[in-house]
Amino acid sequence: MKRVQFSSPFLPYLFIAPQMAIIFVFFYWPSVQAIQSSFFLEDPFGFGSTFVGLSNYSDALGSVQYQAIARFTVVFTALVTFLSLGIGVLLAVKADTVLKGSATYKTLLIWVYAIAPPVAGLMGMMFFDQHIGPLVKFAALFGWDMKVGLNYYDTAFAMIAVSVWKQIPYNFIFILSGLQSIPVSVREAAAIDCRSGFRRFWTMTLPLLAPTAFFLLIINMTYALFDTFGVIDVMVKDKAANNPITLVYKVYMDGFRGNDLGGSSAQSVILMIVVFVLTIFQFRFIERRVHYN
Amino acid sequence: MASIDIRDVSKIYNGGVTAVSDVNIDIVDGEFIVLVGPSGCGKSTLLRMVAGLETISRGEVTIGGRTVNDIDPADRDIAMVFQNYALYPHMTVYENLAYGLKNRRTPKAEIDARVAEAARMLELQPYLERKPRALSGGQRQRVAMGRAIVRKPSAFLFDEPLSNLDAKLRVSMRGEIKRLQRRVGTTSLYVTHDQLEAMTLADRLVVLSGGRIEQIGRPLDVYHRPATTFVASFIGSPAMNLVSGELHGSKLALGPALIDLGTNVPTQGAVTVGLRAEDLRLHADAEGSLPFRIDYVEELGSQRLVHGMVGDQAMVAALSSEIPLPETTSLSIAPSRLHFFDTASGQRIDWSGEAVGQVTVTAAPEAVA
Repeated sequence: MKRVQFSSPFLPYLFIAPQMAIIFVFFYWPSVQAIQSSFFLEDPFGFGSTFVGLSNYSDALGSVQYQAIARFTVVFTALVTFLSLGIGVLLAVKADTVLKGSATYKTLLIWVYAIAPPVAGLMGMMFFDQHIGPLVKFAALFGWDMKVGLNYYDTAFAMIAVSVWKQIPYNFIFILSGLQSIPVSVREAAAIDCRSGFRRFWTMTLPLLAPTAFFLLIINMTYALFDTFGVIDVMVKDKAANNPITLVYKVYMDGFRGNDLGGSSAQSVILMIVVFVLTIFQFRFIERRVHYN
Repeated sequence: MASIDIRDVSKIYNGGVTAVSDVNIDIVDGEFIVLVGPSGCGKSTLLRMVAGLETISRGEVTIGGRTVNDIDPADRDIAMVFQNYALYPHMTVYENLAYGLKNRRTPKAEIDARVAEAARMLELQPYLERKPRALSGGQRQRVAMGRAIVRKPSAFLFDEPLSNLDAKLRVSMRGEIKRLQRRVGTTSLYVTHDQLEAMTLADRLVVLSGGRIEQIGRPLDVYHRPATTFVASFIGSPAMNLVSGELHGSKLALGPALIDLGTNVPTQGAVTVGLRAEDLRLHADAEGSLPFRIDYVEELGSQRLVHGMVGDQAMVAALSSEIPLPETTSLSIAPSRLHFFDTASGQRIDWSGEAVGQVTVTAAPEAVA
């Protein structure tokens, strides 16, 4: 690492000050606030608060409803991450072999990404609408009476479908560029060394894609955990209560609908810890196996 | 091990560009063939068609008597060494060597034995557990060679394997490739743009230009009897001097000089004359010699290249550095060392006064032990 000489020892701190200010105001301060208020029972109308110790945490973790939502969040995150990565890889590998009209094909696959999450949620909602949704009509052909917003599993299905659909283009772009950074001669050498294209993919392409895939794994898990909020909000807002939601949506519901700021804070602290543990796990156990060029 | 037959092979790209046209080469079992030519001459395309990395537009390639036009690269029983090595960056040297064998379901014990043998041959034993990025250029090149050797294929295909190495390493790797190929006796097809590499490695040379074969022959045959002006100017360093002259009976008018050939050449009038720089000698008296005005001198140590003019045509002479150079002098050449080419077509004109005895005329391939 090269050492840069500054004329004054304060100058480098001055340079990073704007960044630090932003991180402080938008991350550390709210985090500290959340941790603090998670130990209090806030009055819904803002008339003071009572210290309750860890009971916000024990309430949340002990609640059957919270546990169910946590279970759903795990399933939801796993499915969204796996499907959007899997389909993204599949499409990118196929697009990589297309020679004619590849630009058009790639653009068609990429442009979904330009849609904002709530709009995607709204479009998804329309696809799964009781009366006008083409996908509902399509499902009806197979005798599946899809009731998105009423039936727990149907709603979960629609939510996962829309979330995956929204994330595929993002993965597609990264994986395609990752694929194209694999030298042609290495692929050709592999073509001479290995007959089966499938085996070549597992032993050659995938390991060389690992840095990209690892990055995408983290991004996709974060997406499934947090950024799907817009999609979920559009899908379950103003609907009957028994619908699947994720932990992040529960934080919002309890805090801003239920006015239980203390409980909501406790839940967001729990989420923070989960993400923290996940990140450490990913870097310690997965990144170690990733080969960077 | 096998012979390779290339029959009327052409490569025509979408859009009608012809990269290779009607190439015919018969490669005997165990032979080392070098495809040489300037960049864009189609030599790599031809090699890649044999490898199966490019489709064959027309014609037929057979390896060991089996037509391989529609066979996958992996099933052609060939191994290829790439210019930039194309090692698998996420695998150790051992895994790189073993990969092709593993995919062919070779028993583990045999893989170990073959990798060990190749590693010993190429002095790679200390590096087997390293990743390619921890190796030097020469070591990577040896791993690439090892990957070809362990497979024990019918044929080796080399695509400019030495052009990424520095000059010194290139010379030593050249020797190593030659020695290795003699030892394993595998039929080899080698592509290079470096005529020196081609001369030193080849059992037979194939000189290509513009997608066509200019000449096939043993290195010395090609050097001594270039079939066209292109080959004459491409093979040999410095390039053969090609000047225009005129034939009158048994006399050749070259600039201001008149050379007596002693016998008739089967053509008359304007002709392109080829003179090797190393066949030119300093000559004191002016009778029957070429007056030579020196422009500049390149000292190479063992000899010097003297650039100058004969009449109004440029000429290079390779002269001993021990003889002092006068300002103006004249050059002589044994008439038997002269080459004649048709001015219009560039084709060689054979004549009876040539120094034929020194080289074998037939281009029969050398049998490799």
